[in-house]
Amino acid sequence: MREGPVVGAEEGPGDRTKAGDDRTRAAAGGKGPRPRRRGRTLAQQEARAGLTMLSPTLIVVLAMVVVPILWTIIISFQSLRLRNLRTRLFDFSFTFDNFQTVLTSAGFLEALKVTLIYSIVGTFLSIGLGLVAALVVRKPFKGRTLVRASMLLPYVAPVVAVTFVWQIMLNPELGVINAIGADWLGWKEPVAFLEQQSGTLSIFGFDLGVPTALIIVILYQAWRYFPFSFLFILARLQALPGELDEAARVDGATPLQRFWRITLPQLQGVIALLTVLRFIWTFNEFDDIYLLTQGGAGTEVVSVRVFRYLTGRGDIGAAAALSLVLALLLVVLLFLYFRFFVGRVEEADAI
Amino acid sequence: MSRTDVETAGVGERPQPPRQPAARPSRPRPPLSREVVETRILGVLKWVTIAFFVIATIFPFYYMVMLSIRSIEDVALDPGALWPPRGISLAAFGEVLRSVDDGGQGFLTFLRNSALIAFTSVVVTLVVSILGAYAIARLEFFGRRQVHFLFLAVYLFPAILLAIPLFVFFTRIGLRGSLFGLILVYTSQIVPVTIHMLRNYFETVPESLEEAAALDGASRLTTIRKVALPLAMPAIMATSLFVFMIAWNEFLFALLFLVENRENWTVSLGLSQLAGSIEVAKTTLMAGSVILTIPIIVLFFATERLLVEGLTAGAEKG
Repeated sequence: MREGPVVGAEEGPGDRTKAGDDRTRAAAGGKGPRPRRRGRTLAQQEARAGLTMLSPTLIVVLAMVVVPILWTIIISFQSLRLRNLRTRLFDFSFTFDNFQTVLTSAGFLEALKVTLIYSIVGTFLSIGLGLVAALVVRKPFKGRTLVRASMLLPYVAPVVAVTFVWQIMLNPELGVINAIGADWLGWKEPVAFLEQQSGTLSIFGFDLGVPTALIIVILYQAWRYFPFSFLFILARLQALPGELDEAARVDGATPLQRFWRITLPQLQGVIALLTVLRFIWTFNEFDDIYLLTQGGAGTEVVSVRVFRYLTGRGDIGAAAALSLVLALLLVVLLFLYFRFFVGRVEEADAI
Repeated sequence: MSRTDVETAGVGERPQPPRQPAARPSRPRPPLSREVVETRILGVLKWVTIAFFVIATIFPFYYMVMLSIRSIEDVALDPGALWPPRGISLAAFGEVLRSVDDGGQGFLTFLRNSALIAFTSVVVTLVVSILGAYAIARLEFFGRRQVHFLFLAVYLFPAILLAIPLFVFFTRIGLRGSLFGLILVYTSQIVPVTIHMLRNYFETVPESLEEAAALDGASRLTTIRKVALPLAMPAIMATSLFVFMIAWNEFLFALLFLVENRENWTVSLGLSQLAGSIEVAKTTLMAGSVILTIPIIVLFFATERLLVEGLTAGAEKG
């Protein structure tokens, strides 16, 4: 609790009662170094200054974020299309058609399924990789700074550039992956990784049907976003007190035991936070999938579908309705996560 | 890891004599205890893993550069080559950078647009969020704590949801296609995060210095400018870099807002549109990717430590 610069300087910490505040404010108003405006206490001035300084933020966020969100709700009940934008924008004859359209359209459930698989597996993989990466560069070694920087590259590089490199690497004719597969692994024909909806993977003589493009898109997302988890887990790792680990070592716990019993439990908090953040972002992800596959070959997630409604069909109302469905679903999933998962973790901690 | 079940099973039993690590070197051949075996295996695994990560993260960028300096015929002949075998050619870069009138793709214009958008977004975002973050960190006012949650709640909503009304709005008022509208959108989307970053930092700066300045008669804005800002410089630099990278890399809003006006395309958008046309060679595409990526990589390597510390400030607390 801060009381503002002047008050804090003039008074002892124990004296911050309401009356005390008023007294100093009066003093500051009377013979302060700078003449204060009449009739306003310091607290009022401070509140005014605070709100004034925050107002640009409030205006920008209100105008460009909050109002648009509310407006989306309205649009989702309008039959608004790109071509009747001029005439129908203020036509508020509400209809449920948009929701009916998007919820009953062919491929909606499939898109939902793909979104869930993509975000759950993607979140899991990117955090897992981040954890492994953080553990191996935890201790200093020569060239560590460079290794750490290189591990952050996928995350900081422009999405358009990295998706194109992946596309070309995976290209059936020109790509290096297929060339390596043909030269060294004996692939008989090139694999169109990003255009193939389902392929067969032969492991030990068993033929497994696999959704090729979806797997690639998930691997890509793990590759691109593990640096985020890596960064946060590494920061936490390096702030861990060494005593516990040292004590366990003296007691004869092996490195793996120390990891499972000492280190991992201390990372629980940051991993839980990362799970929520990464899940939200992956669930809402658009750029990466759109640029990699345009949502083709069984990789159409809901946000790509929203984009299709918006630009392909010019059906603004349906696009708004579907994006709202996406947002609501996320809220429900997060609620379930906090209710059942985090609750349990805390209970376990209490015991 | 298949060893985990074995591990957890053995956790309960404690090795009987607590081994002294210092005593070990004196023994000529230590018995292969679990400690030793694990340490050795993990020691090897660690380097294998580091090598794996370094290759996996660097190779795509190396491949990008390599393809951009090879000719497309060469790539078609030998797609598996891991280094440019027949000399290098910078023709692809020439094609990408030349203006459309000269038969190129006009990426110089796109570079200028991207730079303009990124720099302006940095300046606007900084001004807005420094004021806001300072207010939240230092001043007591109604709704100070709530405002924070409101901002972060914004991140629950997918960008595509916000894109719809903004698309409608900017179409309607005729700002769609202008760089100005895009900068406003970027600022509004980034401000909640930058406020969070800066606020954390302001709270670590001791208040007594500002109090001293205020006692000496400095006004609030002077105090911020002369005392708080210089002290918060590391965080402000990190925030600027963060904003620059986001604005430079952004794709969805650039696509929705600018696609009809080629003059105003950003590099990201120009590159994505380039990929759509069949007659553009993949090597040209890679040259464009290199041009798009280089400023970010240079910036990143120049400021890596600052950026990492700024991004994860407060993460240590868990």
